[in-house]
Amino acid sequence: MARTDVQLMMDVKAGDTASFELLLQKYRTPLVNFLYRMVRDTATAEDLAQEVFLRIYRARKDYFAGAKFTTWLFRIATNLALNSIRDNRHQRMEVSIDAPADEDEAPIQVPTREMRIDEHMIERDRAEFIRRTIQALPEKQRAAVLLHKYEEMDYGEIAKVLECSESALKSLLFRAYETLRIELAPLMAQQPVGNRAGEGRL
Amino acid sequence: MKCEDVSKELIAYLDRRANSAERMEVEEHLVSCAACRTRAEEFRKVWNVLDEMPVEEPSLGFDARIRQRIADEPRPGWFRWFVPQPRLALSMALLVALCVWVSRLPRDYPTTATIPAPVTEQQQYQVIENLGVLENYDVLSKFDALSELPVPAAPDKSKDDLKRDDTGGM
Repeated sequence: MARTDVQLMMDVKAGDTASFELLLQKYRTPLVNFLYRMVRDTATAEDLAQEVFLRIYRARKDYFAGAKFTTWLFRIATNLALNSIRDNRHQRMEVSIDAPADEDEAPIQVPTREMRIDEHMIERDRAEFIRRTIQALPEKQRAAVLLHKYEEMDYGEIAKVLECSESALKSLLFRAYETLRIELAPLMAQQPVGNRAGEGRL
Repeated sequence: MKCEDVSKELIAYLDRRANSAERMEVEEHLVSCAACRTRAEEFRKVWNVLDEMPVEEPSLGFDARIRQRIADEPRPGWFRWFVPQPRLALSMALLVALCVWVSRLPRDYPTTATIPAPVTEQQQYQVIENLGVLENYDVLSKFDALSELPVPAAPDKSKDDLKRDDTGGM
């Protein structure tokens, strides 16, 4: 029978590094993806993911069974990502306020129907467009969408990660999806060929 | 239920996390509101579009790097028993500092160390003069002398008492 995250973490607390390896294997990909979608840079995302795992390992003695592991993991990750975004923003402002925005900062060009995106935009371009639309969301809304859509966390857990009430989270998610609904409208006009079944499910 | 109220519960309704009461309220509203119905359908499409985001795998050296960093972490050893906890060390230091400060405070009452010892006979005499009556040598010696007086006889005492009654009765 597979051990739960809490059991694994309690074993890590007792000194079992093999259990930590299991947690690493289970969460490395979701964590790197979450951070990549938050900070927009692969190298930074990996550095932050390393830092998250290291902090978990260092704090193993303080872990208690009542705390849900994923809440703890993504709370550290979210805080690190938000700090990184903030630091990066300050750094860019210090370099030059008047400097032209880099490629990542260029305004997203929403494809129009006239551009016939459904015929010419290949899958990679669609994915890039989605990625940039998500990254254009305000940081907290972005984190909420990523945790809700991709990590499939429940509202209580996301609210703990983002340190807000469930009611505030619901408003946050609604605003975020409302923005995405408008911005991704050109992509919704036609779904790519062979799109998955089970529409409307998270 | 108004459109603004529904908007807050719409996501929970669509992802099937709303409770039955909330679901019923939203469903009732969707039946009568075409705009919210359209929005709900488009939210479902948004989720399908978001599924197109590819999953990024960590680089090949990711696991090796984290394993190395964990291996480099200092291990707890027996000597850590002798290393005081920072909070405990700070508390102890503050306690010691407080004791030193209190011990250096000036005292209200005189001590033997603060009174200079008499040096000459004249100084000694002055000290004796300043002593209280009961500590005065002369007084004590007079008390000694009184104790050596003969005890008066009993009849004499009764006579004296009678005389005192006669004179003091006025």
